[in-house]
Amino acid sequence: MARYILLRLLHGFIVIIIVSIFVFLMMRLLPGDPVLLYLDRAAIVNVEPETLEKLRAEFGLDKPLIVQYLNWINDILHGDLGTSLFQRLAISSIIKQSFPITAHLGILSLLISSIVAITAGIISALKRGSWLDTLVTSLTNIGVSAPIFWLGILLIYLFGVHLKWLPIYGYTSPFENLWLSTKQVIMPVVCLSVISISFITRQTRSSILEIIKNDYVRTAWAKGLNERTVITRHVLKNSLIPIATLIGLQVSSIISGSVLVETVFNIPGVGRMMVNALFSHDYPIVQGGVLLIATFVIVMNLLVDISYGWLDPRIRYT
Amino acid sequence: MTIKHEIEMKYEETPPRISETRRFLKVFFSRKVVVFGSIVILAMILTAIFAPLIAPYEPERIDMANRLLQPNEEHWLGTDFHGRDTLSRVIFGSRVSLLIGIVAVSFGAALGMGLGLTAGYIGGYINAIIMRLMDALMAFPGLLLTLIIATMLGSGLRNVIIALSIGMVPMFARLTRGQVISLIENDYILAGRAMGASSLRIMLVHLLPNCFPVLIVAVTMMLGMTILAEAGLSFLGAGVPPPTPAWGAMVSDGYRDLSTNPALSLAPGVAVMLLVFAFNMVGDGLRDALDPRLRGIL
Repeated sequence: MARYILLRLLHGFIVIIIVSIFVFLMMRLLPGDPVLLYLDRAAIVNVEPETLEKLRAEFGLDKPLIVQYLNWINDILHGDLGTSLFQRLAISSIIKQSFPITAHLGILSLLISSIVAITAGIISALKRGSWLDTLVTSLTNIGVSAPIFWLGILLIYLFGVHLKWLPIYGYTSPFENLWLSTKQVIMPVVCLSVISISFITRQTRSSILEIIKNDYVRTAWAKGLNERTVITRHVLKNSLIPIATLIGLQVSSIISGSVLVETVFNIPGVGRMMVNALFSHDYPIVQGGVLLIATFVIVMNLLVDISYGWLDPRIRYT
Repeated sequence: MTIKHEIEMKYEETPPRISETRRFLKVFFSRKVVVFGSIVILAMILTAIFAPLIAPYEPERIDMANRLLQPNEEHWLGTDFHGRDTLSRVIFGSRVSLLIGIVAVSFGAALGMGLGLTAGYIGGYINAIIMRLMDALMAFPGLLLTLIIATMLGSGLRNVIIALSIGMVPMFARLTRGQVISLIENDYILAGRAMGASSLRIMLVHLLPNCFPVLIVAVTMMLGMTILAEAGLSFLGAGVPPPTPAWGAMVSDGYRDLSTNPALSLAPGVAVMLLVFAFNMVGDGLRDALDPRLRGIL
């Protein structure tokens, strides 16, 4: 087990290094000089060449690429993600504001999708061929096809504009005003969850149908265990590995989703921070944000991989 | 007993042979949703090709006298902020979605297949390098990666296609590599080597065609996902620049006039959903017809 975890950690570490090189190069190989862009943004005209050089030195852009990369990594390891070009704020503090918001929506959506999807998947598998199964399967097929930004606007139209039940945009921390916060997050969380629910439901259904054929399930029924025990202890437990993998992968898909959902509902989370930074060419934010997000995704997948060992003791020996 | 009868008896002993194509078509069209999906895809392709003939108005013609009209007999879905006919724009929008979807998936699949084939066949360091690079690309949430590439390259049809293609390379590379690794143990590969076939020949003539069933299903599913992603990019404003009608951008533009005419925003979304649904269903049908064991993998 220790060897397995160690190998996985090493693997994850290598991937993070490659990711950081990608991110670094992506920003440096861009057309356009960030310094000129900054001046353009700040509406500074008639710049002396010396000032330009000074700014370049200030941003560290005058050194060779490899030195710039190592400096950047060194700063990150010391907790300094750089400064936003236009907001003149430390990126770590910008992320500190937006990350909890996305995490709030993401964790809620992950929890809700897992609960709803596993329940729906079990029902659909156990009642295979019934109208309930057809309904669940059709809904999942529609769920993976619907553009979530469109779904968000549809919900806004129905529950915000038409019925006036829910606020149509904004975000309030649950610690400030729990009621308002809950009302505000309902629609975004529903939008974020739809795709995950569809995928996890499908996986649960097919994985249970696979397991239920096994002899040990028949034995469990034959020895007179009740339905709940057979399903939870024997069937579900053995179907969990593919489901867990998929739930792990949803972290990445929820971050993608939050880019769209936060734009629709005007929520100041990580997704919208990235969109704003990209469109305003605030490269340090993009760079820091992407690196953090990618590292987060890798760590989450690592945790899922390690959890296999706990879900299925046989994996220890591989 | 006549001779003819004797022959008939023999036929009954062995199960009737159906040709592979007929079996494929029979399984493929056995589900109604798959038939529905095929019809939708065909109809959308025809709509895209013949858009100028079908659309009642020019999609980019601005008519300020008739802006923000409610759906009526002349404008079935009403008009937008600039007085452009929404139905015509939805019809023309199919061009952008299908074009980008098909071209981006072709590039992404070709590149991914090439990398996966190389990694799986050669193995060793090459495999490790290619696959770690793919892992690194996979660590970026899909839409974020394409959004970053698209905004950095600047908006435009070509750059959207590049961004979407890069985003799907890791998926195709992993899939192809997995197939190659399972196929490479087969005797016909050994036979090919024994006969002195070059590595390139083994890869292209023996391995690649045997990966096709899986890849065809993946390509169909990816067409749906890519059209969805393109709509997302264009919704955020990183797609094909205006005034070219694109479904995602139309959803976003119509949002501000949601209370006046919800069809402005909702109709193009329905078009996206319909097309993506169709590709997903046809992908499902292809999978069941080509290789039902793929259920759960794809």
